[in-house]
Amino acid sequence: MAATIRVVLPLHLRRLAHVESEVRFDIEGPVTIRTVLDAIEARYPMLHGTMRDHVTQRRRPLLRFFACQQDLSHDPPDTPLPEAVAMGAEPFLIVGAMAGG
Amino acid sequence: MSKVRLLVGTRKGAFILTSDGKRKTWKVNGPLFTGWETYHIMKGSPVDPDRLYASQTTAWFGQIIQRSDDGGATWHTPGTPPGEPMVSPEGMPKGESNKFVYDVSPKTGKPLTTHQWYDGTPRPWEFKRVWHLEPSLSDPDTVFAGVEDAALFRSADGGKSWQELAGLRGHPTGSQWAPGAGGMCLHTIIIDPANHKRMFVAISAAGSFRTDDGGKTWKPINKGLSSLYIPDPAAEVGHCVHRIAMNPSRPSVLFMQKHWDVLRSDDAGDSWREVSGNLPSDFGFPIDVHAHEPETVYVVPIKSDSEHFPPDGALRVYRSRTGGNEWEPLTKGLPQRDCYVNVLRDAMTVDTLEPCGVYFGTTGGQVYASPDSGDSWAPIVSHLPPVVSVEVQTLG
Repeated sequence: MAATIRVVLPLHLRRLAHVESEVRFDIEGPVTIRTVLDAIEARYPMLHGTMRDHVTQRRRPLLRFFACQQDLSHDPPDTPLPEAVAMGAEPFLIVGAMAGG
Repeated sequence: MSKVRLLVGTRKGAFILTSDGKRKTWKVNGPLFTGWETYHIMKGSPVDPDRLYASQTTAWFGQIIQRSDDGGATWHTPGTPPGEPMVSPEGMPKGESNKFVYDVSPKTGKPLTTHQWYDGTPRPWEFKRVWHLEPSLSDPDTVFAGVEDAALFRSADGGKSWQELAGLRGHPTGSQWAPGAGGMCLHTIIIDPANHKRMFVAISAAGSFRTDDGGKTWKPINKGLSSLYIPDPAAEVGHCVHRIAMNPSRPSVLFMQKHWDVLRSDDAGDSWREVSGNLPSDFGFPIDVHAHEPETVYVVPIKSDSEHFPPDGALRVYRSRTGGNEWEPLTKGLPQRDCYVNVLRDAMTVDTLEPCGVYFGTTGGQVYASPDSGDSWAPIVSHLPPVVSVEVQTLG
């Protein structure tokens, strides 16, 4: 059964994808960082390469993945996301890291 | 009536400035791509002036290429309209306009090579950003990209996908190339208008290179350069070339602003000679050539490699009408006290009107225009973010 998950993109990626606010996706099978990013890139191909490297698939260093008040950035990409995210109760947050003075 | 369109890239986005042929009053459109450092917003193909390309990067989201087909009114990432399938009817993957992958394909069988890092150790090439985009002179869908770490890419489908011209990075000296302070970037691409298979590129800090076969093979063209900051000042590679310029009517004559020294070549780069002459400093970044007078050259000297501002706090463009050596300061309309801005390598350009217009942008956010070949100047805008690139289109 497909789960509807909610994703909040950072401002610059929202502009690039021409979306206003939170986006929603139906995901078949396990809900992980990898399947969420796959779903985002499938619907918004202009975001390819902006969240993870085209080839290595590594997260871009200054992006963070948050959900349910947890930092999931360093979790392996196939780790299941919290159930509240998988059920659509909580959003998956893609955040530009603080960088500056 | 002729019209002029200036394309200005800044640290925080891009601006399009337009004027009529008098170039006295300007309309400012922007910011475009807000928040994205715009390394280069490029003049369109000579065969389609409404086709524009722009390169943007941020440390957060990496590289983006955007394209306009209507002179800058609207922009999109090539091949990736929102909501459309990932693969085109022809089978071309979409979403690859920012995919710059060094050629290690099974087809070529090339392994990923290394260059020299700051500490002298070998380091694998790693894509960081596009510094410069250069359109083909004959095909609006063909465009070249100079990138960091230094390599040359080509797109033949309007920026949807990119392939490396790997003969350059594969040159036997490639393992000796090392980054300058700004990174190891390929920042200058010039296509010979009389022979499109001949191209010139420049890399900091490797030097300048030429191909005569459309990019398959390359040769270093640095004979005559002398750089005291490398062990052998006359080495084949290792020179920090800042920019090269050419007047299209005389493609064998090149002018170069190097880390130190201004030079010229009369044999398509086979040999160079210094023409710094009476400049107050021969350090600088931009260099350009008058559109109609191939012996008239412009530079903007700054004090030194560690003092990136004009000598004496006075912003002066220097013009030589003798192909170098004899230079005159151009000051009318430019700040002559307390000015400590810089002009970056891609931030000066000339239009093709009569008289020739000259333009440059500063790290202080000013864009200056001279409608009379540099005799007088006026700011078009004064408070932009730091200006990275300025290109001009002469329309109509």
